[in-house]
Amino acid sequence: MRLFFRKKNSCQVAKDRLKILLISDRVNCSPEMMELIKTDIAKVISKYMQIDEEKMEIQINTRKENTGRNSKPVLYANIPIVDLQKK
Amino acid sequence: MECEVIVVTSGKGGVGKTTTSANVGTGLAKAGKKVCLIDTDIGLRNLDVVMGLENRIVYNLVDVVEGNCRVKQALIRDKKNPGLYLMPSAQTKDKSAVTPSQMIKVIEHLKEQFDYIILDCPAGIEQGFQNAIAGADRALVVTTPEVSSIRDADRIIGLLEAAGIAKMDLVINRIRIEMVHRGDMMSSSDVVDILGIPLIGIVPDDENVVVSTNQGVPLVGENCPAGLAYANIVERIQGKDVPYLNLQKGVSFFTKLSSLIKKS
Repeated sequence: MRLFFRKKNSCQVAKDRLKILLISDRVNCSPEMMELIKTDIAKVISKYMQIDEEKMEIQINTRKENTGRNSKPVLYANIPIVDLQKK
Repeated sequence: MECEVIVVTSGKGGVGKTTTSANVGTGLAKAGKKVCLIDTDIGLRNLDVVMGLENRIVYNLVDVVEGNCRVKQALIRDKKNPGLYLMPSAQTKDKSAVTPSQMIKVIEHLKEQFDYIILDCPAGIEQGFQNAIAGADRALVVTTPEVSSIRDADRIIGLLEAAGIAKMDLVINRIRIEMVHRGDMMSSSDVVDILGIPLIGIVPDDENVVVSTNQGVPLVGENCPAGLAYANIVERIQGKDVPYLNLQKGVSFFTKLSSLIKKS
């Protein structure tokens, strides 16, 4: 009976993993470069407002509606703001 | 007709490049075309054994490139299929024995005499791969419905695009329809969706492939799932529109029913 109530079949798991994997493979962006981009973004935003650099995250992803070879990567940044006013 | 040079490649090893090369080449020859198969896997040649021609090798690709023999002397004629020739690879040398420009020269020479040249590419993306794709007009990218093989195929597609080979078609090998129904294997449409190049064939996982390799006789055109699938690929390579095989045959009613329930 457990078979019927499995959360996710392995095919779906494979598809989900591949989608994320291939995005980073295709972009060919090294972790070092991502780190540099991250610190640069933080520097620029910090000019105007106070942000939480510790909790900030950036990643390369695709828009949900696009799959396959034609999908355009997007740079996704999640930057928590501590204070909208500059210190 | 203008000669078409097709490279069979995959990135990952063991997904069926050599089997696909042998069957596609044999199938095209059976359709009356003049076909030359070239094994570009220097140091790890295998196309000769799959074709059952291993006892007749005198000269090989490296001998041709080094000028030890004329191109014609290295070609082995397949006695069972008129119009089918194999240029074997060397077993003792390594990939650096040949350069891409030398490959192009050999292919240019062969183009005059053949309708199709099929290049069996080695695994990997190093020099052997660069040699194999150098003279190609189009590519067959072989993958199995597994994560590792699809990832490598994606990388290969990127490299082929960069090399200016725009015509690429996907062969999905070793599909097990029962597992797809169970939701434990990616379906052909899942794979096409991820890789984003046109599909040219789906080859089911078939025990007969092992038997045919044992015997050294490609099974294209035989009345078994893989034989029929390869025959269809051969038709599609020639530009014919052939419907896909019904792989559902033999799948039990219960499997179909339970996969329907799972989908909903």
